[in-house]
Amino acid sequence: MTNWVLTDSWTMTRRGLAHRARRPGQMFVGLAFPVMMVLIFAYFLGGGMRVAGGGDYKDFLIPGMLALTMAFGLESTMVALTQDLNRGVIDRFRAMPMAPSAVLVGRSVDDMLESAASLLAMVGVGLLMGWRWHNGFGEALYALGLLLLLRFAMLWIGIYLGMVAGKPELVQAVQILIWPIGFLSNVFTSAESMPGWLGAIAEWNPMSATATAVRELFGNPGWNGTTWAATHAQLLAVAWPVALLAVFGPLAVRRYRGLSH
Amino acid sequence: MTDTDHVIVVEGLRKTYGDKPALDGVDLTVARGTVHGLLGPNGAGKTTVVRILATLLRQDGGRAEVAGFDVRRDADAVRHRIGLLGQHAALDEELSGRQNLEMFGRLYHLGARGAAARAAELLDRFGLADTGRKAVRQYSGGMRRRLDLAASLVLAPEVLFLDEPTTGLDPRGRTEVWNAVRSLVGGGTTVLLTTQYLEEADQLADRISLLDAGRVAAEGTPDELKARIGGDRVDVVVRHADQLDAAAAVVTAAVGADATTDPDGRRTGAPVADRVAALTETLRALGAAGIEVEDIALRRPTLDEVFLRLTGAGATAKEDATV
Repeated sequence: MTNWVLTDSWTMTRRGLAHRARRPGQMFVGLAFPVMMVLIFAYFLGGGMRVAGGGDYKDFLIPGMLALTMAFGLESTMVALTQDLNRGVIDRFRAMPMAPSAVLVGRSVDDMLESAASLLAMVGVGLLMGWRWHNGFGEALYALGLLLLLRFAMLWIGIYLGMVAGKPELVQAVQILIWPIGFLSNVFTSAESMPGWLGAIAEWNPMSATATAVRELFGNPGWNGTTWAATHAQLLAVAWPVALLAVFGPLAVRRYRGLSH
Repeated sequence: MTDTDHVIVVEGLRKTYGDKPALDGVDLTVARGTVHGLLGPNGAGKTTVVRILATLLRQDGGRAEVAGFDVRRDADAVRHRIGLLGQHAALDEELSGRQNLEMFGRLYHLGARGAAARAAELLDRFGLADTGRKAVRQYSGGMRRRLDLAASLVLAPEVLFLDEPTTGLDPRGRTEVWNAVRSLVGGGTTVLLTTQYLEEADQLADRISLLDAGRVAAEGTPDELKARIGGDRVDVVVRHADQLDAAAAVVTAAVGADATTDPDGRRTGAPVADRVAALTETLRALGAAGIEVEDIALRRPTLDEVFLRLTGAGATAKEDATV
């Protein structure tokens, strides 16, 4: 029997793209938020921020914001999935002779395309603000790759949580909880400035690993810490997402299959 | 093993949610080209049966075959031969009707051109050709239902599952769905229909299974089911409540069968064999006894009464369930 995974996944991806094409404004609204955060932190609060080891706060902030934007993408994946589950359209997909995995694969491809687009837009905003990478184009591309890898891991956490939550009301709880988790990292300030144990958590936050790694790759300040986590940021920036994927990918797939129980 | 005349064969189907049994040994056979109604109170297991047959849910025990294929072992073969119209619209609300149907066509592997052609055909057939780019969420309830039905027919299914297809529709929308179902059955499609509206089952179904607490409580044609709880009755409503017992005695004597009484409705009645003779005799005897009659009528049992009687859902409420 023909394997329809690719064809069906592409059909499902097109579905997501058609949604976005119908609401072009939404992408800009989605972008407005991280851009606003960058502006607030760079210009309102940035004056009072001191980068550990010296350097311009803007150069410290932009890579962190890129990591945060990728991580917060978890939310949009989760919302999209709960909406599908609650609208019954998933029932029709499941009663069709299509590849069952296409629903989730299509969702993830669509979200990744959107994330890549917003990542490039954020990079553009950073460049306009005077942020630069200093270690060459190849390293910069690798940094973008690490950011997308983080997004990919968050995406599967989002799919899993979306299926566990099931209801849009529970999505709100996640939307609130994601804030302290986002801030308990070195995205806006270095972990050393936090109380000891909190700083340790922040340092081991997957978002911090990616932020530190991309700062290093971009040649931006803020990566020259001395702890193990800080000196192995590039390793952690790969290991964390891969570990999260290894856990949440199978969980999400199992949960999806479990819809028939 | 496979019975070619029977498109749906269900034996001893069981399903438990947690420790709560939803289906407790359901048997069901549906002949090709017929409409089979699945009736029962809320929670009787109607939707569970449909979801198992449509491969959305796995049974815990028993066997279910659709179009000759086992729903568990050959789920994909079953999916090629069924259409499903569930209680809630199974559509992408953000897309237009055409985009929805083209997407489903592609997922049925009709190819881009095949899917587009089929979508155009279905939109035309269900009077949705002029909906343009409008998103489904802006559709009226009736339009949405028609599109949902069209989406169930992309592959011209052998078996169509309709799970409460007209819930929430106005009478016009309901008639539209009924007509669509009749024309499908005319074309050879087999339909399994669950409904809360007994009139709907009476109108559409060739045979009916009454489901109660996860079991089939009764099965037969609508007429057979009506006959099962007795034939015609004569019903009398007296003007003065204190004459009710006397009236019951007169009715019993006049028709030769024990009359039952309903004090709240000041009503008494009994099953009759010879309709007109029983009516005239009852009327004459009541007049002779000096009992003032407010209303007297002959009537057939409705499916509502069959439903209430056979499912035991309201043994006490059955007297109220008249016309």
